[in-house]
Amino acid sequence: MPASNPLSDEQLSANFADIAPPLTTDAALLEANKCLFCYDAPCTIACPTHIDVPAFIKKIATGNLRGSARVILEANPFGHSCARACPVEVLCEGACVLNDRDEQPIKIALLQRHATDYVLEKKLKLFAPGAPSGKKVAIIGAGPAGLACARDLRCRGHSVTVFEAKPQPGGLNTYGIAEYKLKADVALAEVQDILDLGVELRTGVTVDSIEPLLEEYDAVFVGVGLGSTKRLGIPGEDLPGVVDALTFIEHLKTHPYRETAVGRQVVVIGAGNTAIDAVTQAKRLGATTATIVYRRSESDMPCYHYEYELAKRDGCGFRFNAAPLRVLGDGAVAGLEVRTAHGTETMVCDMVIVAIGQGDRTDLTWPKDHPRVFPGGDCANGGAEIVNAAAEGVTAAKRIHEVLGGIVR
Amino acid sequence: MADLSTNFAGIQSPNPFWLASGPPTNTYGQVAKAFDQGWGGAVWKTIGEPIINVFSRYGSVDLGQNRMMGFNNIELISDRPITENLKEIAEVKRNYPKHAVIASLMVESKREAWHEMVKQTEDTGADGIELNFGCPHGMSERGMGSAVGQVPDYTCQIVEWVKEVATIPVIVKLTPNVTDITYIARAAVKGGADALSLINTINSIVGVDLSTFEPQPSVAGKSSHGGYCGPAVKPIALHLVSAVAADPAVKIPISGIGGIASWRDAAEFIALGASSLQVCTAVMHYGFRIVEDLIDGLSNWMDERGHRTLADIRGRALPRVAKWEDLDLNYHLLAHIDQDKCIKCELCWTACEDGAHQAIRRLPRANGGGGPVVEIIEEACVGCNLCAAVCPVQDCITMRQVKNDYAPVSWKNYAAGKGKLAPRSEHFHTAAWTPSAKS
Repeated sequence: MPASNPLSDEQLSANFADIAPPLTTDAALLEANKCLFCYDAPCTIACPTHIDVPAFIKKIATGNLRGSARVILEANPFGHSCARACPVEVLCEGACVLNDRDEQPIKIALLQRHATDYVLEKKLKLFAPGAPSGKKVAIIGAGPAGLACARDLRCRGHSVTVFEAKPQPGGLNTYGIAEYKLKADVALAEVQDILDLGVELRTGVTVDSIEPLLEEYDAVFVGVGLGSTKRLGIPGEDLPGVVDALTFIEHLKTHPYRETAVGRQVVVIGAGNTAIDAVTQAKRLGATTATIVYRRSESDMPCYHYEYELAKRDGCGFRFNAAPLRVLGDGAVAGLEVRTAHGTETMVCDMVIVAIGQGDRTDLTWPKDHPRVFPGGDCANGGAEIVNAAAEGVTAAKRIHEVLGGIVR
Repeated sequence: MADLSTNFAGIQSPNPFWLASGPPTNTYGQVAKAFDQGWGGAVWKTIGEPIINVFSRYGSVDLGQNRMMGFNNIELISDRPITENLKEIAEVKRNYPKHAVIASLMVESKREAWHEMVKQTEDTGADGIELNFGCPHGMSERGMGSAVGQVPDYTCQIVEWVKEVATIPVIVKLTPNVTDITYIARAAVKGGADALSLINTINSIVGVDLSTFEPQPSVAGKSSHGGYCGPAVKPIALHLVSAVAADPAVKIPISGIGGIASWRDAAEFIALGASSLQVCTAVMHYGFRIVEDLIDGLSNWMDERGHRTLADIRGRALPRVAKWEDLDLNYHLLAHIDQDKCIKCELCWTACEDGAHQAIRRLPRANGGGGPVVEIIEEACVGCNLCAAVCPVQDCITMRQVKNDYAPVSWKNYAAGKGKLAPRSEHFHTAAWTPSAKS
């Protein structure tokens, strides 16, 4: 792989700028006033955290941004990151009744960002810790599931300690969301709001057993996410220049752009949403070609349709019905051999990014039916969206509160 | 093509669209430009002893992102010398002989002052005179404008003075800021008015700045009530025009004013009895160019409907404006929801449930959104129109007549023991609300 990035700092910064820039106040008002204010709104039903979407949009229309943000964040402690990274096309916006009037749906994500950005801009503190309950909860993993749970437990007065293996909290919000959707500073600001409620955070701590925590704490929430990217199981996959997608993205998000190595001809193996994140970011980082290689057909791709469209708009290539057989090269990647319907072919490339999904956690096990152990997020649902993790954290906080003798209103 | 030519109390104009007296008719340049773009007439901004205006004069009421749904002003009459105004009126009339040029006048309530003003005005060759008895702000504090138009005797008196010298048609502009406008209209007729124009603006405060508590529009921290106009006032104007037009004691032409912004508005005013139309706020919003569609839309509609002249439509809706006691109690309607068009917003449900008669039933949202989510409870529906009014989809909810075998019966007749009521939905909302009612 080439040592230096071919793009200028300005170009790199433009390539990773917000893909959905914030609305101006005028645009937000125009959009908010288009909302019909449905009763029992389909957008709210479609949201895993059931944010009262019409209510927060009406509050934008009346100029009550503080109230709007509160409606959002009360239901979803990760309202900031969800406004940027939620697959709204298949959730709230996909459910908007205006679709049935042959119109564009309300821009719910951008309106949510408009309201929640106000909180960050004004440094508003919308939530306060509850009266101390004397109960202690341990949370393993400072991702969206764990911290959503932490937020609601603190609001109910329980003391919360979060154990995080990484140096920074936020989980994939900080380390794994495509840079053009969500930047780490926003993810960390969102997390800080939760930590400011009096959450004790211990970073750089790997928990390898639940048992000691169960002795010390009244309940344990497990939100450790998934394991590392699965291996291809083909020759050559340990060559320098073969990298797994999460490692590639994490490096990109934690370093100045030009410090992340990228090939000139990049091949990404896999066709899920992470594969799209990898291929688009490789292209935006300066790859001449960035191509998805997928062993099945176009219609089998597990990524969202709009993500596929985004990758095509970015100029990424797609090679369907091509099963990787071996990574070629001597001390460096020189190509990828694939099997196609027409036989074996070689794709010339100098970098291979592997995005075929993450495996389960193998370094930590937890009892499935323990009354004081509550798993949530990717490690419990097999890998889903931020909003699912947040919803599961919120739900777990309710159940933990009940187990600890509280009453959930 | 429909003939839009207008004869208003003897004043001719190529079409019924006149600029109302106001900021758009302040100068020769404006009026000449408007005539070039198609306006049929103009009522000059009110002339009188020149006044001094305040800075900050207009206040606006927006509805969502729609600007100037309502509009108000605390601007006074012309601040230009009388002689300059009259000179320009003469010039416009000379250069646009086929257009209606009308001078709006307001002077102190002295016979000699009015005589002098009317004579000077007639020397310009203007086609008519409009007496501004309606301006509700500022001038009224000085005993002019609506201070005159709110007292039938004053109205009659000043019209008489004007008619003593006037040889051209005299139009009296009425204020809506009265309990019953027909009293003022009759006083104007009694004084000899040739025509009426209505409505002038409505007394209003458009809003308060919540950061400073200054009413709007603010002048150095204070405001004064101003005249309200724009689309928001059209229904009030339609009612008052119809009330005056239907009054057998009036019987003189009416120039309709109040929120006219489209040809549809214009057609409605004509149908309720107006013979010409005056427009101000819509021009202040979008400029003189709007006259193109006023003319084009009105004539296309008339052509499609087979109306050849304005006389064919004038007053056509008037016989249908009735007293409530004469309405048929046996005319029954039911709301009908076109489930194929329904987008499942449930606005009709919440409106009917909380704001009307609990006559819509919610059905569980089927998986994937299939199947209806609302249906009319026919035995509870009173045909009130609310659901159709809130529905965001064109023609999704329609009101359908339910025929019965009963003869029409008005309240007047029914109360007098004549006629029978057809069986009707009787739904009195006596059920207690419980939190579980919202599922």
